[in-house]
Order: sequence, then structure tokens, then C-alpha cells
Amino acid sequence: MARFRRKKTSSSNVAKERLKLVLIHDRAGTSPSGDIMENIKQDIIKVISKYFEVREELFDVEIKNTRDTKGSSATTLTANIPIRRIKNMGKNKY
Amino acid sequence: MQNVIVVTSGKGGVGKTTTVANLGAGLVQEGKRVVLIDTDIGLRNLDVVLGLENRIVYDLVDIVEGTCRMQQAMIRDKRFSGLFLIPAAQTRDKTAVSPAQMRKLIEELEQEFDYVLIDCPAGIEQGFKNAIAGAKSAIVVTVPEVSSVRDADRIIGLLSASGIDDCELLVNRLRPDLVRRGDMLALDDTLDILGIDLIGVVPEDETIIRSSNIGEPIISNEKSMAGKAYRNITQRILGNNVPLLDMDTQGNFGGKLKKLFSGK
Repeated sequence: MARFRRKKTSSSNVAKERLKLVLIHDRAGTSPSGDIMENIKQDIIKVISKYFEVREELFDVEIKNTRDTKGSSATTLTANIPIRRIKNMGKNKY
Repeated sequence: MQNVIVVTSGKGGVGKTTTVANLGAGLVQEGKRVVLIDTDIGLRNLDVVLGLENRIVYDLVDIVEGTCRMQQAMIRDKRFSGLFLIPAAQTRDKTAVSPAQMRKLIEELEQEFDYVLIDCPAGIEQGFKNAIAGAKSAIVVTVPEVSSVRDADRIIGLLSASGIDDCELLVNRLRPDLVRRGDMLALDDTLDILGIDLIGVVPEDETIIRSSNIGEPIISNEKSMAGKAYRNITQRILGNNVPLLDMDTQGNFGGKLKKLFSGK
């Protein structure tokens, strides 16, 4: 058991996870099409705004390494989107 | 791999120059005519790695400025018949040559040689732009360390943006013992992260230090593991399929199991 635990936290595994994350940021920041993160943010706002009034100034998108319930790591895109109110979609108008 | 190959890495000190010297010598041993161009103007080293430093009269900048004819600046290696070196200038800087001049020079060299190997300087500035200008293929050299792999990724992106998509990875100075112990990035991890094809793996090898001490490529040393690795890579450049050196580079259970059953 100790052997397995050691394997999971070996320095090469740490290196691998750190590299994956840093390369996502490198690639996002240096793509020919400009700042990918900013583009993603604008696109999400466009979609969400059809249904909600979004507080754009507090809108936040980031990429991070997380651990799932089984303890294995995963890279996730997390968006934190504060909303002011849901839009009236017109269904209650008679 | 096509006939004009740039050897590059982004990060310095990972073994670009040693790679160029050995692959050049390797291709010549396979009967090819090869010219090596050192584009690291101001910090030239390919001449000393090859042991040709005492024979320099003219250099790359002299050719492009028209101070000498192309033939006059090419140093013929007497040990490897068919191997030539165009050394970098030592007292100038990277701006002494332009990408357009490099493209023109390489076009001329292509008429006369089977392979043109270009030793690229570290960095992504003018020297890099000059080095890749006339190249059709690229060998990206990395060591299995975070900083080197990160820089390699950046270089692969820049090569692709410049239209060089025939781009393969050389993992240099790998230590199988550290990989097995979990203290060095395994080959598959590095390949997985960078997402390009592998042209070969060169293990860490003390004989390389000796070889650059005396200015003689390691590739003709039959006993050296690194020499063997370079001979394999030479074959792959020529389009021949040869298996990877057996050195348990994966560091996983499957690799160990396979080793156990293959009786090694």
C-alpha cells in the first residue's frame, strides 16, 4: 500500500501535472487567435445572457487542476457567473 | 524527414549542438553528403564539438555578405568523408543574417548536398527565426525536465505557425533509473504532453562528455549507448523503421512486467 501511495505522489507525477497546467495557460495566452480565455468569456456571456442578466464585472473563468472524489487529478475549466436575475422569456404573457 | 532539418529546442544546454554533430556524422556514414550550418552567431560551438575549430577561415556571415564564396567557408571534415561545416561568426550578432539570406543560402546548398542540418541557437528571437527560415523539417530536442518540456511546447507552436509541421521530438539525456524510481518524466508522459511524434531517445551517457572533450562525435563508438541511439535516429531520418533502444523508459508496471517476461 505504501508503495502505491509513493507512486501517486512521485516527483515525476508532480512534474507531469504541473506541466499540463502551465502548458494550457501558455497555449491559451500565445495562440495566434489572441487571448483564448477572453474569447471564451465573451462567448459564454453571449449565451448565458439570452436567459440571465449577468453581472459581467464579476464574471470569472479559469483553468485549474482539481482532484475528483477518487483522488485522481483532472484539469477543469471553471466559470463563476454571478447573475442579477432571470430574464422574462415571455411564457407568462397572455 | 525531409532534406533540410533544423535542430531546435527553445531552452539552451539540452544538446542541440551534440545532436547536430552526431546526426551529421551518422548520415555521412550512411553514404550521404551532408552540410551542417551553425546559426548561433556570437556563441558558436558546433566547430569545437566537431573538433574543427582550428580550421575556420571564413564563416556564415562572410558568405551572406559576399566576403567569400560559399565553398571557401565550408570546412571539410577529414574523418567523415562527405561531411561539411559552415561555422557561425563569433564576433557578430544574430542581426548579421536575415531569414531571406538563409533561405537563399539553403537553396544553393540543397543542389549540392543530400542533407542540410541547421544548428539553432537557444531562444525564440532573431537567431531562431534565421535558423528555421529555410528548414522543411524540425527535430525538437528536450530533456525530461519541466522547464525544457515547456519550452519545447512553445517551439512546436512557433514552428507550426511558421508552416513547419514535419516536426519530431528527440528526448535527450534520459535516465532510466530515475524514471523507474518515479523521479524523472517517463517517455510516454513527455510525448503525451507535447503531442508530437518521437524520432528517438538518447540516454544520459558519460561517453558524450569525453567525446566533446576530444572533439569527436560519439556515433562511431560501437560500445556507447548514446552512439547507438544516434545511429538509430539516423536510420529514422532516412525513413527506416528501427525499434527504440531497450532501456525501460516507461517506468510503469506494464513496462516492468514486459521486461520480466522477456527475460531481460
